[in-house]
Amino acid sequence: MNIIIQLTKYLFIFLILLFTVRGLICLALKNEKRKKKILFGQFRVIFIFEILGFAIILYNTKNMMMAMLLAAILIYDAVTYVSYRLIYPDASMLLVNNMLMLLGIGFVMIARLNPDQAIKQFMIAAAATVIAFIIPVIIRRFRFFSRLTWIYAVIGIAALCGVLVLARMSGGAKLSISVGGITIQFSELVKITLVFFMGSKLAKDRSFQSVAITTVVAALHVLILVLSTDLGTALVFFVTYIVMVFVATRNPVWPLAGLAGGSVAAVAAYHLFSHVKQRVVAWKDPFAVYDTSGYQIAQGLFAIGAGGWFGTGLFQGKPKTIPVATKDFIYAAICEEFGCIFGIALLLICMCMYLLIVNISMLIRNRFYRLVAIGLGTEYAFQVFLTVGGVTKLIPMTGITLPLVSYGGSSVMSTIIMLAIIQGLYLRREDEGEEFIETLIEEENRTGNEERDRRRRPEYYA
Amino acid sequence: MRERKMIQDEEGPSLFPGMEELGIGSIRRMEERKADEFEEDARFERALLDYDDDSYDDDSDYDGDYDEDYEEPESVSRKGKVLDRESERLIDGRELTAEDLKNLRPVGRGPYLFISCTFILLFLLLIGQVVYFNLYQKDAILDSPYNRRQNSLSDSIIRGRILSEDGEALAYTYSGDDGYEERVYPYANMYAHTVGYASHGKNGIESVANYQLMTSHTNLIDQIANDFSGKKNQGDDVVTTLNTRMTQYAWDALGDYRGAVIVMDPKTGAILAMVAKPNFDPNTLAETWEEMVSDSSNSQLLNRATQGLYPPGSTFKIVTTLAYMRSKHNLDTFRYDCTGIFEIGNTTVHCYKDAVHGEEDFKYAFAHSCNTAFAQIGLDTGAKALGDTAEKLLIGKELPSDLYASKSRYSLTEQSGEAELVQTAFGQGKTLVTPYQMALIVAAIANDGVLMKPYLIDHAVTPTGKILNQTKPSKYTTLMTKSETQVLKQLMKAVVDDGSASALSGRSYEVAGKTGSAEFTKSDGTVGTHSWFVGYTGGENPDLVISVLAENGGAGSSTAVPIAERILDSWYSEW
Repeated sequence: MNIIIQLTKYLFIFLILLFTVRGLICLALKNEKRKKKILFGQFRVIFIFEILGFAIILYNTKNMMMAMLLAAILIYDAVTYVSYRLIYPDASMLLVNNMLMLLGIGFVMIARLNPDQAIKQFMIAAAATVIAFIIPVIIRRFRFFSRLTWIYAVIGIAALCGVLVLARMSGGAKLSISVGGITIQFSELVKITLVFFMGSKLAKDRSFQSVAITTVVAALHVLILVLSTDLGTALVFFVTYIVMVFVATRNPVWPLAGLAGGSVAAVAAYHLFSHVKQRVVAWKDPFAVYDTSGYQIAQGLFAIGAGGWFGTGLFQGKPKTIPVATKDFIYAAICEEFGCIFGIALLLICMCMYLLIVNISMLIRNRFYRLVAIGLGTEYAFQVFLTVGGVTKLIPMTGITLPLVSYGGSSVMSTIIMLAIIQGLYLRREDEGEEFIETLIEEENRTGNEERDRRRRPEYYA
Repeated sequence: MRERKMIQDEEGPSLFPGMEELGIGSIRRMEERKADEFEEDARFERALLDYDDDSYDDDSDYDGDYDEDYEEPESVSRKGKVLDRESERLIDGRELTAEDLKNLRPVGRGPYLFISCTFILLFLLLIGQVVYFNLYQKDAILDSPYNRRQNSLSDSIIRGRILSEDGEALAYTYSGDDGYEERVYPYANMYAHTVGYASHGKNGIESVANYQLMTSHTNLIDQIANDFSGKKNQGDDVVTTLNTRMTQYAWDALGDYRGAVIVMDPKTGAILAMVAKPNFDPNTLAETWEEMVSDSSNSQLLNRATQGLYPPGSTFKIVTTLAYMRSKHNLDTFRYDCTGIFEIGNTTVHCYKDAVHGEEDFKYAFAHSCNTAFAQIGLDTGAKALGDTAEKLLIGKELPSDLYASKSRYSLTEQSGEAELVQTAFGQGKTLVTPYQMALIVAAIANDGVLMKPYLIDHAVTPTGKILNQTKPSKYTTLMTKSETQVLKQLMKAVVDDGSASALSGRSYEVAGKTGSAEFTKSDGTVGTHSWFVGYTGGENPDLVISVLAENGGAGSSTAVPIAERILDSWYSEW
């Protein structure tokens, strides 16, 4: 049996490399037919990966619930894949595959660490996917999303204030609220509203005044988050703000000013807030503060180190010694048991996902939606950077989840919805050609034939 | 244009996917789709031109829809004109070129390219960090004594050996064909406190180098092959600085005394021998553990070399002398008339064994360890200067050590009173030090004031013979100036030449040092004396530092000096 488990260790690495390489090829490929073939191959890899992972979990835990979970996950994968193919044949299947793969890695790792959490995670992911199916239709049907500028801002700030009050009451420990047994992390919802706000504000008006207003509202978001000790999300918002303003104005002065301001704010935060300082101290030398704030980082590093390039093999390591291994530190747990090669491939999948979103964003001609796409993509990519960078001690730990992989209902829900929005925008782009022509006809009727004639034969009017 | 498109497809994926996808590709797709429409009806093209011109900078009726104004207004209007001309030609039956369409649909690629390149860089940074961590940081992190994770590695790795400096195995794992494994310590008790043990929570080098011992640097192919065949990989060997000859001499010389001997190289910080008695046999730990843990009178598990706290006795006069010099006193003009008794308040201080030294200078007082003279010196120096110097010499501070080392205790303050001040000055009082502490102070004196970071682990060797993690001798800190060490060296030389350690004079090797006879109250209430000797050999070219403590051994000159003598004689006679 040991031999088989050792074999699976290399098999997992082979599978993810296969998936990653196929994804990157797809990103570059134009030929739809070949693309389709590769994408289906990718989908098979997800299947094999999950079956293999859960087989080992079953063997080790003898928990029959895991067999049911595996069956449910496989059905979920198949239904998601087929439905997208049937309902939205023009959807980006690479996006769907990447999402399913990341979720799959998460399911396996969470089930290995905490079977109950895996079941919960699955149910939320499934529910989110169902909701996500309607989103492209809504985006196609309704046009008012670009006009709700201040509604987004009000929702965002109100939600964050709620979090702040909670955080204050619980001494910074609680950043979520429980409603009927479901814990909601508001900052996850605000991720979407803030991008929508900035998108609509900057699409409408790129004047200095408009950018300044956007800055104030974004800064308010960030400040509330810093006060409620959610540093990770605060940083994600800050970077998203810079990127969106830069893309909207195309003026490099803005991001530079933003970075300068951000640096000043970071230094100020370091001196003003003890929880910021604590993270930096733990980052510099986690072993000096091993008994307190350094413990988590040290355990994470031990885990990654113990895994080495090839990992210990599933159930052969000790990822349970890492605090919150299923959430903020899931990357360390993955590196321990699946190995760092696997971990690197996982990062490449995340990068592939990001490039895909940037691509989609560039195909969109509607300025509002284009900004929304790049904003959501930035949030995704920077969140990956923060969590993996924190776990690997590249940067101070900010306490944020790895999207789709980490356990956390709100996080999974919001990420799936974010991806659905992007999918919706991608699909909407297909309509843009048609819509554009309609608008042109309208435009033409308005300006009248005379105007067009004047253009065509200026000599008559000279 | 069409032809180019088809060739593109046959070529398969472009060489630089990012570039292709991030802009050029999108234009091509648009161009392909649009061209059909244009061919069908030129009306759209004209309309398009109208639309292009009219809609610029017209944000008043913005409805969140079409956005054609990527470019600055001036350049746009210029392009508009270009297109005007193009449209005339279109009417003449000319097909649109790719260039025209590009102008028609300016895509704001610049910021996107910049942003996506930045983020690709961030991802590469993450990957780089994972690679860098695995290549360069991993071993150091995993070596941390906090890391309890490697215990799980024992299923796949045979623990490496611990070797002496001269290549003898101090610990190895016997592994039988049936999978039976046993950790063997060939020297039994002799290295109990240095090599330590690998069971019962781990101690000594077994604990410090645990990860290295449990890490295999067998090549990857072999590792994979071993994985499959179920064979264990051989862990790395750890080579210590401990010398079996020196350790044997120290072991023999200490004899039946409880206490400790440390021998180290002052120029590098390498520890050649560290012996503490009583001790235990790590081979039989399973049987004796319970008994040892519950037995408080012997404390065999305590490494007396680094953890045993003793009154320093006259060895502390080194510290007092330095403090006296630092408080701007001149040693040359010092004169004292010893009557054997020194009275301060209602405390009376005697010289050891009530000796009377008579009229003496500083050198004589130091060499013959006159307590009453040092009581006076202590008074002249003052508690502040004495405390400052003690702190500078790391007394009461964390000491650099691979093994667990106790902090010495120093409690004299300016409020303590003169009685305690004078007693502290000649090494009684409330001060407690470890033999290791005194060894480090002497090592710094021998090495011109510079304390080298002491170490026990020299390097690791992989099963294939590759040397890893070689320790490079490094400066820990400077304890005193070179001129200060020269004065102390002269005084310590005098101790051997015609003082309390004169038994060590007239050898083939040069010794300088300081004896100590530290009185303590035994558990039965009577007064006992710990015997101390600290010193170094080699004079201006220091060779070894030795620190000897024999519990209840009597005067320094009667027990500790002979122990040092036997060790050094044996060592140097074999050169």
